[in-house]
Amino acid sequence: MKREKKEKRKRILNVIFCAIVYMFLFLPISVIVVNSFNATNSKPYLSWKGFTFDWYIKLWENDALLEAFGNTMIIAIVSTVLATIIGTLGAVGMYRYKFKGKGIINGLLYIPVVIPEIVLGISLLTIFSNANIPRGMLTLILSHVTFCVPFVIFNVRARLNGYDNSIEEASMDLGANRIVTFFEITLPVLAPGIAGGALLAFTLSIDDVIISYFVNGQTKTYPLKVMESIKSGVSPDVNALSTIILVATILVVVVTQSNILKPKSKED
Amino acid sequence: MSKKYSKHQWKANVLPAIVTVGPVTVMLVLLVAVPLLYVAVMSFCTTDNYYNVVFRFSLENYKKLMNPDYLRIYAQSIIIAFMTTVICILIGYPFSYMIARTKSRKKQLLYMLVIIPFWTNSLIRIYGWRTFLGTNGWLNSALQAIHLTKEPLNFLYKQGTTVLGMVYCLIPFMILPLYTAIEKLDGNLLEASADLGARPVSTFFEVILPLTSSGIFSGSIMVFIPCLGYFFVANILGGGNSDVIGNLIERQFKSGNNWPLGAALSIILIIVTLILVRIYQRLGGDMDSLGV
Repeated sequence: MKREKKEKRKRILNVIFCAIVYMFLFLPISVIVVNSFNATNSKPYLSWKGFTFDWYIKLWENDALLEAFGNTMIIAIVSTVLATIIGTLGAVGMYRYKFKGKGIINGLLYIPVVIPEIVLGISLLTIFSNANIPRGMLTLILSHVTFCVPFVIFNVRARLNGYDNSIEEASMDLGANRIVTFFEITLPVLAPGIAGGALLAFTLSIDDVIISYFVNGQTKTYPLKVMESIKSGVSPDVNALSTIILVATILVVVVTQSNILKPKSKED
Repeated sequence: MSKKYSKHQWKANVLPAIVTVGPVTVMLVLLVAVPLLYVAVMSFCTTDNYYNVVFRFSLENYKKLMNPDYLRIYAQSIIIAFMTTVICILIGYPFSYMIARTKSRKKQLLYMLVIIPFWTNSLIRIYGWRTFLGTNGWLNSALQAIHLTKEPLNFLYKQGTTVLGMVYCLIPFMILPLYTAIEKLDGNLLEASADLGARPVSTFFEVILPLTSSGIFSGSIMVFIPCLGYFFVANILGGGNSDVIGNLIERQFKSGNNWPLGAALSIILIIVTLILVRIYQRLGGDMDSLGV
């Protein structure tokens, strides 16, 4: 009886601890959501002046912010597609073929993952500047691909480690050529790893501040636009846009949850 | 086609190897290896009066690195990164343990709830903290409303505020590897340990901790190293009172316009990273698990 009571108290303490951690994680987000409804009109937009939906309407007049958000989406989509193609091919090739310098390539792969982003950012800046490549969309995409590719490779590689080579041999024995075999056999097996890598690449790209900050030139991304406005106070339309993005991502998760999460839990 | 290979060899091995590994190799060489080597070279250069980089060997930048103001910031960076890592372990470990070992059917949801906040841009979230902690912020309003304080307290622009922001930004990199390591734990082992008479405390230290230490190691690497570079957290929450090495580098490349000095400062971060990764490998850490 006494032990049962102790167990119960322990469980309650656990729940309280977890609840506090979740509160910590969601606290600044709730500040953003609440402030997106703030009727204040004067910088730094901090004191509460009543509830309004105005900022959700005014948002569509803020062309600079919308353009920056558009840039972020273009960069994220293009670099995710490129990083996924380069990374998937690379992971398969490195898994299958022996060649000189493989160890070096593998070593280089870890650099963008472990090195502080600022070091990658300034090294890309110096090389772009030295090669006279004008900074803008192109340099942003090249840089984002660079830090996304390793994550795609690790995800695909994890999938390859449990891969049975003989199904490919069977496919070729049955007369399919190398390219057909790749698209019909290899790719479907690797699909979950590729999807996981692509999702990670997209997430990293839309959130990137530090590397973009050094290689952007005159092109503004959404995070950089936020950074610019922080000194004078972030206006509530930025909060409104963030709230819309947050709600949209949560909706995407809720809709796709059954698809993404179920197969994964089966594997584990 | 190279003469070294027979036609068959070329088609079966060489060509597919080039097609698959070629793009990633070109990318890694041109956008990772060459830029870093270039930074290393630049760290030995100087600038002329117009802030242009002059390629003439000099150790001037490395002498400047010994500036007492800089030394103080290196020490401060290490302290901030260390405190952040320790706090992330202390909060992240029990938290990951609870959500990874729960028998509740809501386990997947609990896991997703850790990730969802990180889909809102990190700058905005850090700004959210500043709004919350500011003199007109929610926290001060609440404290005054319940008459705990009369005047607004200053929570911002302190070292502790920067650590809070760093913990907030980086704690998922601690929670996710810990969650993976703890989820793999075999429940039978824990029962066996208890059946054999071990108290919960010794089960933890003798069984659970050694089996999940890989998660602590990779989490610590992924928290400690970025801390040294996250200049924007120190800017927004620390307000110049708790700069990290990243702030020094940022200043040289943006306002200071002394790229060679910035390059030399980056070399410090590269060396610290190499040392820590080496220790991580010695402890048996798997490099691929840093990519989660």
